[in-house]
Amino acid sequence: MAKQGSKKNVKLKFDTQWQYSAAPESPDHIILSDKYDLFINGKFTPPQSKKYFDTINPAKETRIASVAEAGQADVDAAVSAARQAYNKVWSKMPARERGKYIYRIARLMQERARELAIIESMDGGKPIRESRDIDVPLAAAHFFYYAGWADKLDYALPGMKAEPMGVAGQIIPWNFPLLMAAWKIAPALACGNTVVLKPAETTPLTALKLAEIIRDADLPPGVVNIVTGAGATGAAIVNHAGIDKIAFTGSTDVGKIIQKALAGTSKKFTLELGGKAANIIFEDAAIDQAVEGIVNGIFFNQGHVCCAGSRLFVQESIANTLLRKLKDRMETLIVGDPLDKNTDIGAINSRDQLNKIKSLVKIGINEGGECYQSSCSLPSKGFWFRPTIFTNVAQSSKIVQEEIFGPVLAIQTFRTVEEAIEKANNTPYGLSGGVWTDKGSKVFKVTSKIKAGVLWANTFNKFDPTSPFGGYKESGSGREGGMHGLSAYLK
Amino acid sequence: MQVKEKIKKTIQQKNENGHSLNGTAVMSKRIPVLKTYKLYINGQFPRTESGRYYKLTGRDGKVIANICRGSRKDFRDAVVAARKAQEGWQKKSAFNKSQILYRIAETLETRKAQFVETLMLQGYEHQAAEQEVYAAIDMLVYYAGWCDKYQQVFSSVNPVESSYFNFSFPEPMGVVAAIANQQSGLLSLITAIAPSIAGGNAIIVLAAEKYPLTAIDFAEVLNASDVPGGVVNILTGYSKELHTHFSSHMDVNAMMYCGSNADELKTIQTNAALNVKRVIAVKDIKEESPYRIMELQEVKTTWHPVGI
Repeated sequence: MAKQGSKKNVKLKFDTQWQYSAAPESPDHIILSDKYDLFINGKFTPPQSKKYFDTINPAKETRIASVAEAGQADVDAAVSAARQAYNKVWSKMPARERGKYIYRIARLMQERARELAIIESMDGGKPIRESRDIDVPLAAAHFFYYAGWADKLDYALPGMKAEPMGVAGQIIPWNFPLLMAAWKIAPALACGNTVVLKPAETTPLTALKLAEIIRDADLPPGVVNIVTGAGATGAAIVNHAGIDKIAFTGSTDVGKIIQKALAGTSKKFTLELGGKAANIIFEDAAIDQAVEGIVNGIFFNQGHVCCAGSRLFVQESIANTLLRKLKDRMETLIVGDPLDKNTDIGAINSRDQLNKIKSLVKIGINEGGECYQSSCSLPSKGFWFRPTIFTNVAQSSKIVQEEIFGPVLAIQTFRTVEEAIEKANNTPYGLSGGVWTDKGSKVFKVTSKIKAGVLWANTFNKFDPTSPFGGYKESGSGREGGMHGLSAYLK
Repeated sequence: MQVKEKIKKTIQQKNENGHSLNGTAVMSKRIPVLKTYKLYINGQFPRTESGRYYKLTGRDGKVIANICRGSRKDFRDAVVAARKAQEGWQKKSAFNKSQILYRIAETLETRKAQFVETLMLQGYEHQAAEQEVYAAIDMLVYYAGWCDKYQQVFSSVNPVESSYFNFSFPEPMGVVAAIANQQSGLLSLITAIAPSIAGGNAIIVLAAEKYPLTAIDFAEVLNASDVPGGVVNILTGYSKELHTHFSSHMDVNAMMYCGSNADELKTIQTNAALNVKRVIAVKDIKEESPYRIMELQEVKTTWHPVGI
């Protein structure tokens, strides 16, 4: 590992002598149709809108399949199927039998895990290691966990009688397509609701594979309906009079529009919105472990993570050492083919998102931020962005205030615990946060002061079906996951 | 109706065909192979070390099988196995335990015909046998669901006055010894086993004297369902003999009695005082509740300082 460059800008080079051989996951056994219809009332149905759109592989910029675009009439059909299923079947079925259906979905997902992981990486650009080890197993585990709740709801909310809401309209983002579908569908079904779900327009394929699984599990028709489309389809769901509850995961901007649209209606809602998490490193932290946590915090899933640790606060006394180690570590990150098992950072999900990241980084530089990027090579085709960090930024900098949703980290320093807490809380967001210290008492002191829904101590980006997730302030309202996630789907 | 007839016929045929030791087979018919019923200890099927047996007879008075009459030593071996297995079982993630319990249900579901038949061989009517098998499967699924949930329902963060993060959560007691209800052939086992292992305990169960066949058949289901050896141990034998040994063993943490003999229960409660065993008397074997899990849990409270 030879060092190169001037002393001022020393970079470790890791690819001079030892190269990684390509280790691609083969998509040979994947069966994808050329065209996908809407999943309404247990059947794949051509859209009444007669419109289709393409979903592409962001790593290759090639078309994978055409997907139906649900219009108003299609959303009407889906909502009416969900209502029928709710009235006639699902709300009348004993909870225990309802649970058995959900267990079936979990099991079928586990059986088809490899296929789902590969499609997730093809359609969304995320590294196969993440889709294989995180997205898909967690999604199946979510169904498994909530299946068990179906006949135990009265234990979850003491003093309340558990009653479903009715028809849930659910809109999910493109960063964890299958996992978000599981987060939405599993608790809704367990609580006795029926569902109309809209996956994101850039990543509809695994949700449609999930529709196949739901069909194969022999779920009563209409209990789960999956309608693909973009913003207009989402709006048709939000504004539909036949829906009792809206669950949305996505940007804070859209979340605010939805909350406003629902004002004056009887619809309940949960929102899981953006974030700008503070990841705070104290001088007594295990520094190498912290560097891993920082990398995981911001570069996991290309930084397309609402709870990403996108603001780093380092105690001044260790800032230089930590920064050096972080830059060294960044040099080892492999950016490239999402289907390659060596890949750490895959493709940016879409051209739009890539442009958004680029423009915010440009603003960061214009505002005087010092930008550092890893020197890794990038494939010629596809949407890519190098792991990027900014130093010399202020609390007021745009890249410190705004969610970038890409592999871009803003680094600031602090001297005292109070200063760290104050800086960390200086944001309209409040989804998550990280604290790194060797001292347990400090963990609890600091986490108790951070205004955020999920705090990680000496770890980051950990998820579990049993663990509630959701934000304070403008990061959303309500919780998903765990026992607390049930109340989002009960009256 | 047809199924009922078919099973009736099968049983008749079995009795004629020599599914009894005394049965004389007609030359032209195939001679069935008889199964040797043994104990289930540490994931294996040993004979009782005592070499003793009792005869299980059918309705017609013919002998169905010789059953191991388990001994004090068999029980002690089972406790050693359970103790050794318990730590590893507790350490498995709640999700993993949940999957394994669900797997038991799946395996049992595919063998329901066998269990219905064997329950009938031991004297059940068809409908009762079928109902019991369904209830057993559903109870396993029910407790599979609790594996990663009872902690959430029964844990607390305690708002103590001083600057501490103080929390309490349930932990398994350890090794549970159980005597099954004598009136049931399958549910009697599930009601003892499922809440115990869902909560991370290891268990030794004495099967109902009259229904040893389904007990050992169920051991085979456990053995085929990724339940680590030693987590569940099943003995056959006499409650009247073994309840004193079960309750006086010094390395057993809890004793579950599902029988109805008041004298046996009193002896158990008395012996339990030797090492302050928890005694749980189960009256309703159909009961499904997280409190069945909590009966076999200790509550652990941790104090952690909060400050800079």
